[in-house]
Amino acid sequence: MLQKIKQYHFLFTELVKRDFTKKYKRTVLGMAWSILSPLMTLIIMWLVFSNFFGTSMEHYVIYLFTGQLVFAYFTDSTNLCMNALVSNASIFTKVNVPKYLFLLSQNVSSLINFCLTLILLFIFSAIDGVTFTWKFLMLLYPIICLITFNVGMGMILSAFFVFFRDMQYLWGVVTQLLMWMSAIFYTIDTFSYKIQLLFLANPIYLYIRYFRKIILDGVIPTPQFHLLGAAYALIALALGTYVYRKYNHEFLYYV
Amino acid sequence: MRSVLKVNNVTIRYKYGDFRDIGLKEWTMRKLTHRYHVEHFLAVKNVSFELFEGDMLGIVGSNGAGKSTLLKAVTGVMVPTSGTIERDGRISALLELASGFDGDLTVKENAYLRGAMLGYTKKFMNSAYDQIIEFAELKDFEERPFKQLSSGMQSRLAFSIASLVQPEILILDEVLSVGDGAFQEKSAAKMMEIIKSGAVTILVSHSVEQVESLCTKVLWLNHGEAIALGDTKGICELYQSFLSGNPDALQEASNRWGPGKESLT
Repeated sequence: MLQKIKQYHFLFTELVKRDFTKKYKRTVLGMAWSILSPLMTLIIMWLVFSNFFGTSMEHYVIYLFTGQLVFAYFTDSTNLCMNALVSNASIFTKVNVPKYLFLLSQNVSSLINFCLTLILLFIFSAIDGVTFTWKFLMLLYPIICLITFNVGMGMILSAFFVFFRDMQYLWGVVTQLLMWMSAIFYTIDTFSYKIQLLFLANPIYLYIRYFRKIILDGVIPTPQFHLLGAAYALIALALGTYVYRKYNHEFLYYV
Repeated sequence: MRSVLKVNNVTIRYKYGDFRDIGLKEWTMRKLTHRYHVEHFLAVKNVSFELFEGDMLGIVGSNGAGKSTLLKAVTGVMVPTSGTIERDGRISALLELASGFDGDLTVKENAYLRGAMLGYTKKFMNSAYDQIIEFAELKDFEERPFKQLSSGMQSRLAFSIASLVQPEILILDEVLSVGDGAFQEKSAAKMMEIIKSGAVTILVSHSVEQVESLCTKVLWLNHGEAIALGDTKGICELYQSFLSGNPDALQEASNRWGPGKESLT
């Protein structure tokens, strides 16, 4: 068993290295681009919503940034992971290796990206005069939930993508819908209480809200809130694991 | 003698049909109009064999006989529909050599990645890397992107990585014919070294002479069925005669070395 962990550990680091070099090798700016890109989106959103729509909320940039950051990690990770099986088909149809490694290595790539932008968020928050408290440590909770959720979704999507090659377009539509439902640039305060609760049915919105509660409001969400967040993550992971287990030996016929 | 690989009544049902590369929309439409068909066929039918230390098994058969499918089951890439495969030792497979490499990565990066895929440790790769590159004669190409190599060079690298570990079970699918003459000689010598060191080797080849000169046992597959297993010389002669258009050779081979006819040890 120990031997096995060691063996796959090496393969895993090699896969991560490969995905990482491939992602950044071809671009001139390399890793800087991964920070610049969300930053530019942020600036555009900020210009549009604060100047043209006259949003006069306190710390609006941070409000926007938290939403944008979490959502970008979600789309980045799921889109990368969707390809994990198909793009590694030439490997797993020839060599017997655990297939989830391909997926996890893609996840590491997008997680690094996420962490870089997260640092940026903290810098922005400091500039914007947000008070840092010990409660910021609680941000680890939604981050872990988000990672788990993304891994689970990635498993489901990569398996689906093997069977149905138009998943990319369908997923594009779904993320588009989720984006509008995640209240990235607007607040839901004006809606009735019932509708506000309905927003929590969207896992991404829930995680975004967690971030905002800690950073902007300085409060730790309720236990129920925590439970719901963990439930989404675990359900996604359980479904993903189920799909992988069930179709593990079928993938090969479809690629 | 220690039994290294035991294949018991392995049957593999292969799935095929026009279900590949279709989208959800297409799938839904076909399901609704009852035009979605998945066919199955038995690529390998009830094949058994057992290999002991030092054995070298040659598998012969025409295209579509199930040779590659059987090998995939042996390596664990495919799971047999029924039957079992018992392996005792590390498997190193050279199936379609150059595939599974990444064209954008350098030779060195690819060597490490392939080594990791074959289950080597990092420590082993660090110590064996120079040896691999030297054996593959790619010293001047280490930092080149893999796609710039010729296909001969690619196969040389693949062979060097897979053969250096002294695997207990080595699987070679049409790979002895890689590289130029000099490298072929070298790789054949390397192979003999591995075989002599007590490993089990399975060789799939279309070259009957090659099988005849190297192997200690032969398995003849035809449409997924094991026609004959055992004596190298006799089966190779009949297979050669079958290839040159003598259909009775198949029956004769089956009568003499068919399943159950010959003690496998």
